[in-house]
Amino acid sequence: MNTAISRQILALIVAVLVMGLVVSAAVAQPPFASESPAEEETKWFNAERTNVLVVMVLYSGIVIGCIYYARRREMYIRPIAGLEAVNDAIGRATEMGRPMLYVSGLGGISGIATIASMLILGHLAKRAAAYETPIIVPCNDPLVMTAEREIVHQAYIEAGKPDAYEPDNIFYVTSSQFGYTAAVDGIMLRERPAANFFMGTFYAEALILAETGNMTGAIQIAGTDMDTQLPFFITACDYTLMGEELYAAGAYLSRSPLLLAQLKGQDIGKILLTVAIITGVVLATVGVFAVPGLVVTFLSWFKP
Amino acid sequence: MRLQVPIAIGFLAGMFMIVQYFVPHPAFKTAYDALEEWVMIIGAFALVLGLQSLFQTHIDKIRRRREGYSYSFVTLISFAVMFLVGMIYGHRPGTLFDWLFDHVEVPLDATIFSLLAFFIASAAYRTFRARTPEATVLLVTAVIVMLGRVPIGELIHAKLPDLAEWIMVFPTVGAKRGILFGAALGGIATALRILLGIERSHLGGGR
Repeated sequence: MNTAISRQILALIVAVLVMGLVVSAAVAQPPFASESPAEEETKWFNAERTNVLVVMVLYSGIVIGCIYYARRREMYIRPIAGLEAVNDAIGRATEMGRPMLYVSGLGGISGIATIASMLILGHLAKRAAAYETPIIVPCNDPLVMTAEREIVHQAYIEAGKPDAYEPDNIFYVTSSQFGYTAAVDGIMLRERPAANFFMGTFYAEALILAETGNMTGAIQIAGTDMDTQLPFFITACDYTLMGEELYAAGAYLSRSPLLLAQLKGQDIGKILLTVAIITGVVLATVGVFAVPGLVVTFLSWFKP
Repeated sequence: MRLQVPIAIGFLAGMFMIVQYFVPHPAFKTAYDALEEWVMIIGAFALVLGLQSLFQTHIDKIRRRREGYSYSFVTLISFAVMFLVGMIYGHRPGTLFDWLFDHVEVPLDATIFSLLAFFIASAAYRTFRARTPEATVLLVTAVIVMLGRVPIGELIHAKLPDLAEWIMVFPTVGAKRGILFGAALGGIATALRILLGIERSHLGGGR
């Protein structure tokens, strides 16, 4: 597996180098203003996005570096309370003989939060399969439903319980936001799941779902990157994964060192961002009194 | 091979999407538009699977007389009515389909949405109980913001609206940006994990 990963990382490095060559070629060209519209149309690099490319390459390099490091040494990963509670939630559902409910939000298949949610579902389903605890997954997008059926099916096979897999437990409800909310509320009130998981992209339905789950007495774990809905989940759920924790969850639950390296990469990225913010604050403060051009130059790097 | 091919397709498609973001060349734009059309076509096929799942779930519920199976009749009949009306009269403004949508679907949506007001009240009651120092800070801040946003706030103190605005513009935005930064980093790292084929659980493979 390590050889395969090395090959993939090598492929990525080659791709990044190709992009680097494109950047070099673009930088060597005269600026946009001096070109005719026809030349501008056929350009091979949008120089206005150089800062995005630099940050992306730098951060990708950090994550890949962490993955390499993880192959040689064990890393300390900070505990995340919401994910530590996943086992308790599964255990509770198993003891009570009740199902678990997994809601992957209203995001489409192309949303990165939905993809992260599906990865979590895979790990969760594997554990649920081991205890033969049913997991109900109502979907509001047929593509997400199709993918989630495959993920859960595979999880049951890996857990050695292919016969326990119930495809009808992962079903399409509707694409209507509140129609979906009403249906999931109905499932919570009728089936009384012992544990509810809300992971992915949520909008106004977040509090309606979480409060209904709270009324049924289920243990609730939520995770979203929608900052407007986080307060509602924090209020109504037992544990909430905020922003980056949603993306870290799949890696965390797998306990695979290579996946856990992502968390370390995220932490280093956050440190660098914090340094950039502090530098910006210092420069902005200095710029009030002297050298205002310094602030403008620094800030221009962070603007699209 | 069962894993390698999807990983390779995912890697190439993902790399293309990254590269096209930086390349304004028309060739990349054309390829990007084509990929978007592919997604729509695949989505249309998936909708058939979704409908199959919908019928299967509700017909099974009716057949086994599970709890609340009468609602499954309502779902299937509603689907049939909307489908037939849409096929016969079309869905333009002024048609029967449009009337049913405006007078049945929209009020039902609004009913569920309006539940939010009651849930906000119950959630706020639980959260704002000043049992810990953090909850007390939250309670005080929420009271300032709520009073600052209504006319009576200005009557209590002239500076209350300004204080509420300051809370909304500075501490709140700072906290939100922190969450957004973290989410962006997590999103990139997750995408990288999938592109490199390190995360394979969604493909049904070991790691």
